[in-house]
Amino acid sequence: MKISNSKKIHENIAIIFMWGAMLIVFGLVISVIWTVFSKGMKAMSWEMVSSLPGGGFYIGKEGGFLNAIVGSLYIVGASTLLGLLISIPVVFFLNIYLKKGSKLAYAARMAFDVLFGVPSIVYGAFGFTIMIFFGLRTSLLGGIIVITLLIIPIFIRTMDEVTRNFPRDILDASFSLGATRWETLKVVLRQIAPGIATATLLSIGRAIGDAASVMFTAGYTDSIPTSLSQPAATLPLAVFFQLQSPIPEVVDRAYAAALVLTVIVLILSISGRFITNKFSKNKI
Amino acid sequence: MIEIQNLNVYIKDNHILKNVNVTLPEKQITCIIGPSGCGKSTLLRTLNRLIDTTEEVRLEGRIMVDGQDSLGHDAEVTELRRKIGLVSQRPCPLPMSIFDNVAYGCRINKMFKKRRELIYHVRQNLRAVGLLDEIKGRIRTPAARLSIGQQQRLCLARSLAVQPAYILADEATSALDPISAKTVEDLFVKLKEEYSIIMVTHTLRQALRIADNVVFMYLGEIIESGPAEQVFHHPQHELTQKYLAGAFS
Amino acid sequence: MLVLTLFSVLFVAVMFVGLYLKSAPVLEGKSVWTLLTASEWRPMKGEFGFFPFITGTLWATMVAILLALPVSLLTAIYLTEYAKPVVKKFVFPALDILAGLPSVIYGVWGVLVIVPWISQRVAPHFVEFSTGYTVMAAGIVLGVMVIPLLVSLFIEIFSSVPKELREASLSLGATRWQTTRRVVLRQTLPGIMASTVLAISRAMGETIAVLMVCGCVIGVPHGLLDACYPLPALIANNYGEMLSMPLYESALMFAALILFVVVLIFNLLSRMVLYRIEKKNA
Repeated sequence: MKISNSKKIHENIAIIFMWGAMLIVFGLVISVIWTVFSKGMKAMSWEMVSSLPGGGFYIGKEGGFLNAIVGSLYIVGASTLLGLLISIPVVFFLNIYLKKGSKLAYAARMAFDVLFGVPSIVYGAFGFTIMIFFGLRTSLLGGIIVITLLIIPIFIRTMDEVTRNFPRDILDASFSLGATRWETLKVVLRQIAPGIATATLLSIGRAIGDAASVMFTAGYTDSIPTSLSQPAATLPLAVFFQLQSPIPEVVDRAYAAALVLTVIVLILSISGRFITNKFSKNKI
Repeated sequence: MIEIQNLNVYIKDNHILKNVNVTLPEKQITCIIGPSGCGKSTLLRTLNRLIDTTEEVRLEGRIMVDGQDSLGHDAEVTELRRKIGLVSQRPCPLPMSIFDNVAYGCRINKMFKKRRELIYHVRQNLRAVGLLDEIKGRIRTPAARLSIGQQQRLCLARSLAVQPAYILADEATSALDPISAKTVEDLFVKLKEEYSIIMVTHTLRQALRIADNVVFMYLGEIIESGPAEQVFHHPQHELTQKYLAGAFS
Repeated sequence: MLVLTLFSVLFVAVMFVGLYLKSAPVLEGKSVWTLLTASEWRPMKGEFGFFPFITGTLWATMVAILLALPVSLLTAIYLTEYAKPVVKKFVFPALDILAGLPSVIYGVWGVLVIVPWISQRVAPHFVEFSTGYTVMAAGIVLGVMVIPLLVSLFIEIFSSVPKELREASLSLGATRWQTTRRVVLRQTLPGIMASTVLAISRAMGETIAVLMVCGCVIGVPHGLLDACYPLPALIANNYGEMLSMPLYESALMFAALILFVVVLIFNLLSRMVLYRIEKKNA
């Protein structure tokens, strides 16, 4: 009896600690979101998200940060498209053409895992040197290229995970029913479509929030870029730069930009969960 | 003695065990037989409440273990599990040495104060399953290196080490080669002098060889139970007769 | 397709070579060892000592891991060993959100919540004055950022422990906690360490959030309440001015190279361990 009591006490202490840990996690989520919302709402207005910075914007006069929103959308849209175009063939190649246990597949997966781990500031620095090498200045194109490089590993890793569980029997079944390669490809695509969707959402989330890499490559500007060679503003940098201002109104606008960014990311994350829930249960 | 009274088990919306009433006598081997999927394993897992780890499970009824209801709210589940050992189908050594495997339960339950006593106890139990001589000098090596038959006996020793009164065996010989299976089976026969053994088996021949009592289950219900002699040679129920005649398998 | 795949693999090498070539000028003057251990940072005079930045990175990372590890471990244990599906339904989305929030948002949060907290509540107990922009602030913000990564890695490796092993322990009369501590954690120790290394490398490379709260004072930090200046912050902060001086640019590229190499090695090691676990599991 005594022993089972002491067991029970240990068990309960452990559970209390675990609850504590989870409360911390919840507390953090609530704290971060609440901070951003409560601060951001103050300076939030239609003008902020619908107009470009006016003449005295950075000393607190009229204007908004539409430039950053549009810049971010340009970069994210283009790099997501490019990323998809590059990663889908790679994932197909890894999973369908290469045999299980292939050395090349191992090396490739390792490479993508490593690339996934490379800090975005290193991407930025590397991208910057490449741009200088080619004589490019900070531009929309530079931002797009670097972000594409940044999100390709995310695309591939996420899609690979889904595709790897893809039953190869289906391929055989499809071929043996006399389907052509193209038709089979369509079968596969339909199977892994949710994987592609999750991967896309994850990548967009990472792409839109990354500041360190675009800082070097896309630069910053008050206008909306009209060509690939012009610099482009981005939301994270809008937050970062305005936050350093000594003028309270400008700092408030940084919070508003942070709010916009957070809302976008929250929407992405919720819809991502919605999709994952639909096809797999216990993945984070 | 274990008395199961009006036991019903539901997992999600499935009624797995239906109104089970049976008494499992002491110091005997009781074999639970029946076609696969009839709820034998569930019954076993309910006896030591390992079923608690299953999601969305609901238990009704009473299981009196030595006069105490093991399904009651005040039941000490860990103490119950110590008292009712389990040998599973596939041997499952813990990721540690042979010695630590057997010592594990003793340490968990703080059975010994002195290390010397623990060592003695571990060796005693390894001897009881005939492993001590076989593994001479390897007692500190990882248990995973033993042959599968030896692993199963190690698991038995591990269960015995916490001094249970009952031993549950879930097709404990089915994953083993014939010779190892025979060794383990003989061990059970020897152990019934000290322990009450409840065995799930789907080899009828094994039940015929060693059972003192037989419980025949079908689709979550107990169709017939009683002394082995009676159930095997004078089955009352038509289903039992059919099963014994091999109509199901 | 083959070309694309090969190119992606080669990209790691290309990156290394690119950064190395760029940092060659600063390496010509001094040995790697001197650069790493010298503390003088005077770009105008061509003196580049990375020691303050390296110690800054190490301090912030260490604090982050020390904070994040227990929280993540306990959360992951609860989620795999105890939690009912209902609890998971609440916790997983919360972790999703933490994982998805951009670095700059954590920076904002750090500036608004953590920094004032340190300067007003914590620091007065120990020092006369602190702005709050400290190792501690950087560590806390980084710690929060790696929690979701750690939890998801831990959950994956805990789930790889076979159910039978847990049941074997439980049926000997062990409680769940005893089972977790003596069987699950023991079995997954290599995986836990590999995941931690992965989290360390993630924390080391984190830029914007750290940059916003670390204080950015060049100097070797001696305690939690000193400001620090980690390597990524150094690169990000000086990207504009570096163009004017080739040697300065080269020094910053060398900083990126250090980061790249350390992260590369850490990633390779931990991924190899994790792959092996995954393979055994499959």
